[in-house]
Amino acid sequence: MSLCDNCGEREAVIHLTQIVDNSVTTLHLCESCAAEKGVDTIAQVAKHPLGDFLASLGEVASPAPGSAAAAGAAAACPQCGATLQDFRQTGRLGCAVCYVAFEAPLRDLLRRVHGNTQHRGERYRAPGDVAESGGGGGGAATTGVAALKDRLRQAVEAEDFEEAARLRDAIRRLE
Amino acid sequence: MIDLSLVPDGGLSWLDGSGPQAHIVLSTRIRLARNVDRVAFATRGGAADRSRVLALVDAAWRQSPLGRGSVRFLLDELDPADRLLLHERHLISRELTEAPSAREGGSGAAVLLSGSTGVMVNEEDHLRLQTLRSGLALTQGYGELEQLDAALGGAVPFAFHPEFGYLTACPTNAGTGLRASILIHLPGLVLTKEIGKVLQGLTQVGLTFRGLYGEGSEVVGNFFQLSNQTTLGKSEEELLDHLGKIVRQVVAYEEQARQVLLRDAPTILADKVWRAYGLLRYARSLSFEETMNLLSGVRLGAGLNLIPGVSVYTLNKLLIFTQPAHLAAFEPPVPGDTEAGAARAAYVRRLLDEEAARGAHARRPAS
Repeated sequence: MSLCDNCGEREAVIHLTQIVDNSVTTLHLCESCAAEKGVDTIAQVAKHPLGDFLASLGEVASPAPGSAAAAGAAAACPQCGATLQDFRQTGRLGCAVCYVAFEAPLRDLLRRVHGNTQHRGERYRAPGDVAESGGGGGGAATTGVAALKDRLRQAVEAEDFEEAARLRDAIRRLE
Repeated sequence: MIDLSLVPDGGLSWLDGSGPQAHIVLSTRIRLARNVDRVAFATRGGAADRSRVLALVDAAWRQSPLGRGSVRFLLDELDPADRLLLHERHLISRELTEAPSAREGGSGAAVLLSGSTGVMVNEEDHLRLQTLRSGLALTQGYGELEQLDAALGGAVPFAFHPEFGYLTACPTNAGTGLRASILIHLPGLVLTKEIGKVLQGLTQVGLTFRGLYGEGSEVVGNFFQLSNQTTLGKSEEELLDHLGKIVRQVVAYEEQARQVLLRDAPTILADKVWRAYGLLRYARSLSFEETMNLLSGVRLGAGLNLIPGVSVYTLNKLLIFTQPAHLAAFEPPVPGDTEAGAARAAYVRRLLDEEAARGAHARRPAS
């Protein structure tokens, strides 16, 4: 077993390779020294995507009052009145419509947390709803956009990026 | 005190150890998070919202196939000891155990139970459909939840988005709203010091691990809960398949580790498990943590047939009934026993004595 380069006492479990000025250095660290040096282990990174995201929301919101970003953070959900600031503090959204009101930042968060934003599980059909598209939600995406997004996802999975770019632009135009 | 005997099997049928891989996998728990459309989430809504949700869900539950003969507990009406009792049976979450009444005007928090399957109402999400099974039983557990989901979702409109799926108060649960947790006992991997690698590997394949009581709880007695980390972007079947595959792999690693221990350190291993049994059988005071650790040793010994005649059922029962709220409710107190250590030791001795007597009876040749 190799010992930690920093304390020389505990077993090195984290091997940090850095490239500085074209030269490669590798540091072998034990868990506690790595934590002291602020090196995130994989497990820690995987555990706190939400925390990181919430912190980054704060950065966007604070520096430029009056800017578009600050206005976005201060905007309230038309249904329940919750803001992105509230979400940042509690980690909880106020209602289903928040997903529509804060769609862009939430899509970014969902991608970070889940690696994907397109639900592929069961499609819900609300009581009394006979249409194929399912009800509920906030009614943000029309069936046309949803279908395009589905095709976009398939194109990305198939690594057909030309088609994906075309679909992305089509979706933007509709939205 | 609440009457848990009203719940069929006391919600404890999973203790029987009848499920697949029950010697290593204690239980499978699956939950689905759902919210009622057009009502603020439980953490933001007012008391009126929450009581409306409770009324809607309660009515839908009564109409569902599980509703007949089921039990409903309103958490605001229970004292803290009773809530803890439900939590120790894994029937309600820590959030509902600790402070349901802290919300102004009543929490509207409830649990509707039919055996080990039911719904938590007004937890973080309006509905948390849940089921608990013995052993590794993902498919069977999900099958039952799917039916309950269809029955409730057909009566109460759920919040659903075409892209993001089922909408939840915390975005980490959105999409399927499905979290499946496997309670697994891994003493072999802990003793051979392979556990760190295995746990790190788990986080790399999209799983997460926790202690015995879920989120934020510590690992005691070598019990781990393995569950899916993500809920969006994969179908329910894909999520369950992936978890099942990885769990079967972890079970295989655990079995390998146990064989290594048997081969390389048979005397040390036998000594360790029998010492654990000896302490449990004769000790006069036991802390909860010590009990968990000793039970881990005996469970390992029983699994390897080093200790004959101790059933998985008895070991599972000991896990549940030596917890603080269960002892307080079911075991007569011992004078001067402030930490309930004496009461715990008395309970453990009685169960192991009964088991040993049954074993001796079974071994006696027929006359």
